[in-house]
This record gives sequence, structure tokens and C-alpha cells, in this order.
Amino acid sequence: MGAIDKIIPSNLHKSQLDQWFDQRFESKMAEREAAHVPSLAIIATKGTLDWAYPPFILASTASALGWDVSIFFTFYGLELLKKDLHLEISPLGNPSMPMKMPFGPQWLKDINWKIPNVVMAGMPGFEKMATGLMQQTVKNNGVASIEELRSICIEADVKLVACQMTVELFGHSHDAFIPEIQDWIGAASFLPVAQKSDVCLFI
Amino acid sequence: MNTHATQTLDARGMNCPLPILRTKKALSGLNTGETLAITSTDPGSIKDMQAFCKQTGNELVSSDANQGEFVFLVRKA
Repeated sequence: MGAIDKIIPSNLHKSQLDQWFDQRFESKMAEREAAHVPSLAIIATKGTLDWAYPPFILASTASALGWDVSIFFTFYGLELLKKDLHLEISPLGNPSMPMKMPFGPQWLKDINWKIPNVVMAGMPGFEKMATGLMQQTVKNNGVASIEELRSICIEADVKLVACQMTVELFGHSHDAFIPEIQDWIGAASFLPVAQKSDVCLFI
Repeated sequence: MNTHATQTLDARGMNCPLPILRTKKALSGLNTGETLAITSTDPGSIKDMQAFCKQTGNELVSSDANQGEFVFLVRKA
């Protein structure tokens, strides 16, 4: 406090100085908050049709709100960056997934088909059928396709980065992925991005 | 559809987050003070449009519900 005592006029009381400081601090903090661009960092680890939605919906919406967004795709999440998307859904071991017909009369659509796991596991092509039904349901409800949401993210400058280790682990080729991937990196490169973000999600 | 708006956007039949994404895109083509009228059928768009405008600083001039359709008027900041 010695140095401050020297520059404060003796007629200025400490409480006045405190009051001035509090006001100044408040206004500077408000200024800083107003100028702050929020940021979102997502770690996308799943490669099925249902799990493909959350990262792309959140990223595209955040970018519409003016946020800075980065997504780190790792493990099965890399499937979401393939040039040709062949995302499937599996009702097996997924008890919360409703099994409903996307077409036909309303009474038929309302039935939730409770199919035993043993039947789903044993029937060839069951996942293909479930994927087809899900795609139809998405279309009927005006929900965007993954391709559409991904293009919106790219247009909106969402930073897409991919895990180099996964590429080597699964023997992928870089050519199979979209050219808009900004970088092939590892955990050590993404963690500092996550650290600085306001919101960080592991999906 | 509001004919006083500078531009209109038909987001009927679209679901979350498409109405917001299309709104953002349409607004980027407008000048400050110009308005965009959006029609949607997604019930979630009422709250989402409020949140979008609050966060981006654009003004939500009006928000009306009419027989399952929602009409928003947004003025670009």
C-alpha cells in the first residue's frame, strides 16, 4: 500500500477511493463481457446416425448465435467427417429408441414395436431397416439431414479438427474425408482450445 | 405473411435448429434497421427466436401465434 499512499492526495478518503474503484471495476467488467465472443468446444466420439445429430445441431446453432465453435472428432466420431456418409443406427442395446412406423395410418404410426433383443440380433438386415425408418422419420418431421447440418457448419466457419491417432489406429486414409477438415491433431492440441472455451461438451 | 417486412422467410415444416439457422442466414443479407418476417410451424421456435435475438442483439419486434403457425418480425441490429 506504500506506493499507493504516495499518489493519493491526503484529502481523499479511502472509502471514496474504494467507491471509485468499485464503480470503475464494474463498468470495465461490463465492457469486457459485452465485447466477449462466447466459444464452444465439442469432442465428438460417436459415429451412429442418432449420435451424429447433437454435435452438428449444437455447433450450427452456436455459430448462428455468433459463437466461435470447434469440434474435435475422435474415435467413431471420425465417421461424421467421411466424404460419403453411411451412418447407421442400431436399436439393439438401445432400449430408449422408439420403434415406430414413419408411414401408414395414424394408429399404425402410434404403435411402439417392442422387439426382443434376440430377434433384432438374429434378423439379418435389421439395422439397415431401422436406419431406413429413422431416415424417413427425420424427413417427415422436417429435421435436417446430417449432410445438411454439416454443410451449414462448414459455411458458418465451424472449425472441424480430426484426431490423427484414430486415423492410424483404424487404418483410415485421409482421402476418405472431406477436405474442409482444418487440421489433424492430437489431444495435446485440442485440450488448450477446450480450456479456453466457455462451453465444452463431450458427446 | 407480413407484407411490411423488408424480406420474408418461410420456415414452415422445418424443425429445430433449421428455423434459427435460416433466420441467421437471411438476416446476414439485410442492412441494419431492415426487417425480416419469419413464418414457422415448430413450437420450439417461439423460445428459440427470443433467445436468438437476445444473444445476437437483433430486435424481436413481434411474435404471434396463429392456428399452429408462428410469425416473427425481427429487425436487424
